[in-house]
Order: sequence, then structure tokens, then C-alpha cells
Amino acid sequence: MDDPDFLRLDGVGKRRGGRLVLDGVSLSVPAGAFVALVGPSGSGKTTLLKTINRLVEPDTGTIRLDGKDVRATPAPALRRRIGYAFQGIGLFPHMNVAENIGIVPSLSGAPAAERAARVAELLDLVALGPDFAARAPRTLSGGQAQRVGLARALAARPSLMLMDEPFGALDPLTRDELGRAYRALHDRLGLTTIMVTHDMTEALLLADRIVVLIDGRIRADAAPAALLAGHGDEAVRALVAVPRLQAERIAALGARP
Amino acid sequence: MNPSFASAVADLPPLLRGHVLLSGAAILIAVAMGLPLALWAAGRARVRMPLVGLAGLIQTVPALALLALFYPALLMFDRATGASLPALGFLPALIALSLYALLPILRNGIAALQGLDPAVIEAADGVGMTRRQRLFLVELPLGAPVILAGIRTAAVWTIGAATLATTVGQPSLGNLIFSGLQTEDWVRVLTGCAASVALALVADGLLALVETGVARRSKPLIWTGAGLIVLGLAAALLPSAGASEQGRPIVVGAKNFSEQYILASAISDRLGAAGYRTERRDDLGSAVAYRALAAGDIDVYVDYTGTLWTNVLGRRDTPPADAMRVELTRRLAARDGVRLLGALGFENAYALAMRRDRAKALGIASIADLARVAPRLTLASDIEFLNRPEWRAVASAYGLRFAAARSYNPTFMYRALTDGSADVVSAFSSDGRVAALDLVTLADPKHALPNYDAVILLSPRAAKDARLAAALQPLIGRIPIARMREANFMVDRDTGKKTPAEAAAWLLSNIR
Repeated sequence: MDDPDFLRLDGVGKRRGGRLVLDGVSLSVPAGAFVALVGPSGSGKTTLLKTINRLVEPDTGTIRLDGKDVRATPAPALRRRIGYAFQGIGLFPHMNVAENIGIVPSLSGAPAAERAARVAELLDLVALGPDFAARAPRTLSGGQAQRVGLARALAARPSLMLMDEPFGALDPLTRDELGRAYRALHDRLGLTTIMVTHDMTEALLLADRIVVLIDGRIRADAAPAALLAGHGDEAVRALVAVPRLQAERIAALGARP
Repeated sequence: MNPSFASAVADLPPLLRGHVLLSGAAILIAVAMGLPLALWAAGRARVRMPLVGLAGLIQTVPALALLALFYPALLMFDRATGASLPALGFLPALIALSLYALLPILRNGIAALQGLDPAVIEAADGVGMTRRQRLFLVELPLGAPVILAGIRTAAVWTIGAATLATTVGQPSLGNLIFSGLQTEDWVRVLTGCAASVALALVADGLLALVETGVARRSKPLIWTGAGLIVLGLAAALLPSAGASEQGRPIVVGAKNFSEQYILASAISDRLGAAGYRTERRDDLGSAVAYRALAAGDIDVYVDYTGTLWTNVLGRRDTPPADAMRVELTRRLAARDGVRLLGALGFENAYALAMRRDRAKALGIASIADLARVAPRLTLASDIEFLNRPEWRAVASAYGLRFAAARSYNPTFMYRALTDGSADVVSAFSSDGRVAALDLVTLADPKHALPNYDAVILLSPRAAKDARLAAALQPLIGRIPIARMREANFMVDRDTGKKTPAEAAAWLLSNIR
């Protein structure tokens, strides 16, 4: 739990079509941390996230998980140990909810009875009733679908969760509710979470630590409070200023007689 | 029951079996080639365009030409490699139809894989599926409806195109269509068409069942459809598996006209009476027939000395009939191991013929007379005649030039003469219609057209079988021209038509 170098990126670089998407990113994440990866569109945050479970192979640099180079493990085996949830969710439309959630244990060859028990446990964990097990993905609301997506990502008891704008397509109410629910799960299960978001408010409210990526470089790496206090250069301060100014304007609206 | 319908229905089972096996095998091969190619090409834009383009190009070649091309291609392959692949029958038909079925399977396969939701693919990778697991657990199940739609299209096309396999000597429902067309037996043609359409509808319906089952994720539907398809193929396979234990049958060939069907039928009857199991390969082109015999793909058929002389030996001279036959016997045996068993006793020569009244009005009795007025006249010929050396010989000997020359299948050629759309036809001297339609055959004073005695030819294998030769010997010299004409006319006339088998029985009853 206290391993300070649970996940360690050293000089990770990626070039795509002549453009430098990642410019030598180094980052160390201790076990149990909740890190938000923020930045404007095209800043390289999704690419950086995907280098960790090898959905993207970097051109330079190394990534170590639990002290071991991720390239030492075949990609499919590596990915089964890492939870992955993303905005598109990508539930398998030809499988029901239970089959979707149980896919990773089933890939690893877990017996059916064990899988069924695990599916029930996971549905409960993401606050969906047992009657959801037999439903088809197309019958679910956006929020329900992402809960199933989270359950699927958690099925193999990963210690690391990678999330790419997981709540980006949900309505604000569901988004807030699911964000809090996930943060509670993170604490309860002792997960380490890296979450990409372009929403600074979400990052400030959920994460313990915020890494700001601009043009493929880390421009700030600090706790939410430190960022709000004015840490970082002008571009970083401009990103943080948006939610703060919005909050002040909303407060001002309420204060008017 | 109508006799020609009864005869068509009696011929149906082995033809249907051949048709099902051929199209089933072709579709299976096309799927086995097309799906891996689609998988390979789906993610590679550089391969995709040329591959689909090539499959599309194959599709634009007329199916008949594609089938015909594989016969010489296989012969050349055999000659080049020393292999002995059968160049006639199942194999060339199978290759051509498999290629033909490839396009819809390839195109739909690629479309199915490219049309998948990228989020689902990302999720499949994200949860740690291997490439193979992603394919079998996600891509194929989700692409299945589109892939199956491609297979359905291919199945319907292939079953339709398989009727053309008849022309390369593979028995199929096309046998009924082609022989019916030659003998103007429309009931036979319709029976062949209806059977082919019914087969295509059944195959399409069963595949639709599987497709619906896949779309609704209903295992019973999938298994019912797939089970019935397997059952149908197995039923087609079983009787032939039993038959193959009895050794290779004697294959009797026939070109594509009534006389050939009748004589092939008579030969089959004789061999059957002698205890041989026989098979028929009908509707062979002139050039294909001899090469098929020399290669051993067929064992016995009737050809004509003049045809063999010019087309097979490439000779331009026209020696007397006996000298020609002696020389042919010697050369064919020495070159190909083919045995010329003997002449049947009649000649089926190419002759130029006209309606008697028309010839009289124009004052034409010989080809020399004809040459003077030919530039104002129209010639109707069979499909081969204008490309044959005989036509070049007669045209250059007499300086013959027509205002127009059109090719027909033999039946329609005579129609063109009677309805006045042609003045002269390239008739066959043994054709019953020459007498029946009151035609005159024009004299050939310069002997430009060679002799065309009908002769029985035996393949190298059959040539070694003395018992086989003995069974056919009674036919030699026993079929005079008048009798052959009458037999031909039984089949070719419009009313009171007989089937070739009936005409053959009549012919044989006059020999015994």
C-alpha cells in the first residue's frame, strides 16, 4: 500500500504523424493514490493513460508497474490485471450484463459458479439490483451502462484502475452521483486510480492529486488545494481559474437580494 | 404424365445431387478463402482496394467464359507440372464457381468488420482479449449477420451459375436446360430451371434461418438452419460415396446436339447391357470433347472424321474418305493413344442448304452458283461454323461472301431459314430437318468440304478394354444415313417429339 513507486513512468515519449504527442513524461504514483490527469483537448492525456496498459506503445521511455516493466508481460495478460473504463463504455451488445461483467474472469478460465458469485457481488458494488444480470446492454440508461462498465473493469480485482473520461457522456446529476460513488469504491477497495478528464471541477472534487498536461508535457503536479492556491504557471492557473470563477459567480447570484 | 416431363424428372436425382455437391463445395471453399482474406484486408487499406477490385473483376467475366477458361488452364497446368488433375468436370467447375462466389463474401466480410463500433473493439482490447479471442468472441458474432448476408448472396449466385458447369462436363441441373434447348424440349428446359430456382430458394431460406437465429441470438433457429443444410449436403454425398466403391464408371461424352445425345444414349445402352456402369458428359464443345477423351476425362464418344482431320490434326487437304480414316486411325493412336473403333455408316457433313423454292427461284444448284448471288444473301450458321477451318476452306475455294452471317444454336438456325430471316444455312447432312423442311443441300464440285464420317473414339484406357470394344462393335457400319436422319427428326420435330433415349432405343431395335 505504501509503495511510493507503485506506478512509475520515466521519459515516456510518443510521436504521431510528425507531431510530438508525449514529450518525455515522467511520473510516479504511489499505491492508493487517486490521480486526475487534466489538460485541454489534444494535450496527450488519453495517449499517456493508454501507454500504461499498452493500448498505445510509447516510442521512448519505460513504464513500471509494481517495479516491473509493463513490456515484460504480454499485453492481454497485463490488461486483465488493470481495470479500464472509458467514455464509450463499449459494453458487448451480444452479451447480457452478467456476461459483460464476467468477461475477464471467463477469459482467465474461472469456473462458472465462481463467476456467477463474483457478478452478483459486483452488481451490488455498483449499486445495481440482481435483476440487471440478465438484461441486454441496449436496455440500460447511460448511467446504468457505465455502472456495468465499472463493474466489468473491477471484475478481476485489479489494484490499478485507468479511467478515460468515464462520466463524460452522462447528464450532470448522474455524473456527480457516479463520481462520488466511484470515489467511495476507490477508498473502500484500496484502489490506485488514474482518471483522465477535461473537467477541472470533477478533477478538483474527486482526486487527491492533479497532473496538468499541456502539449505532451507535465506543467503542474499538485494537490487540489495547492492548485487552487495558485500553484503553477499562467496556463495552469487559467485552467484552475475557470471552476473557481464559476463558483464565485454562482455564489454571487445566490447572494443577490 | 407428359413423357418429356417424366423423362426430365427421371434424370433429375443424379443431376440435382451433382448440382448440390458442386455448389455446396464451391460456397464452402469461397467462405474458407473469403473470410480469412476479409479479416486480413479489413484493417489494411492498401490491400483492401486491390483485393475487392480483383474479386469484382472476376465477377465481371461472364460465368460461362470463366468456366470454359479453366479447362485449358488445367490442361496447361497438367502439361507444365506433369500432374494429372482432371481438366474436365468437377474440378474446373469448382474452381470457377469458388472464385465467382468470392466477391460477396469478401465484400460483406470486410464491411462487417469495418462496421463494428470502435468502442466495442477498444473494450475488447481493454479487458485483455487476445487477437484471437477478440475475433471469435466479439468481431465474428457481431459481424455475423452481415457476413451471412454475403454468404446468402454467394449461394444464390453460385447455384444459378452452376447450371453452366454442364458445358465443362460436370453434371448439373444445366444438363436439362442445355439438352432441352437443343432438342426444343421446353418442358425439359423448364424442369431444369424450376429445379435450379427451387434449390436456390431453399438454400437462401435455410441461410436466412441461420441469419435470423444469429441476429436474435436464438440457438434453436441457428441449429435448425445449419442442421438442414448439413443434412442436404450429406444426402447429396451419400449415394455417390456408395457408388465410388464400385470403381470408376465408363464416361460417355456427347457434344451439344440431338444426334450426339442419341448416339451417346445408344452407346450407354450397349455398355450397360454388357455390364458396364456408365456416366454421361453432355454438351461438350467440339474442341473440348477430343481433348477430354485424349486426357481420359471421358472414355467414349462419337466424332466426325472431317472435324478430327482439320481441328485435331490441323490438315488442310481433303483426301478420300477411306484414306482419311486410315490416316486418322494411325495418327490418333500414335499421338494420343486414342482408338478409332470404326465408322457408324453415315456421314454428318457440313453442307450449305437452302429452301427448295428459294434455290429454284435464284437458279442455285451448287456452291459455285451460290457464290455469284451470295453478296445479296444472309447466312445462318451454328455457333461454331464461322470459326471452323471448313468455312475458311469453302469460302476461299468459291470466293464466297455473304451480305450478313449470323450464328444460332442449331434449332434456331433452321427457324431463321423457314421464317425468311436467312437464305442459306450451314446444315448437317444427317439432320432430319433437311428432308422434313424440304431443303436442298448444295453440291460441292470443288470438294472444299472434307468428309465427315461418324466414328466411335475410345480413350487410351477404354482402348485397352477388349470387352468394351466388343460391346460397341455391333454399331459399326450399322447406322445408315436415312435411319440416323429419322432418329434425329424424332427428337427435333415440333410435334410428337421423342426423347434422345427413346430415339436411341428405336435406333438399336433396328440394329438387332
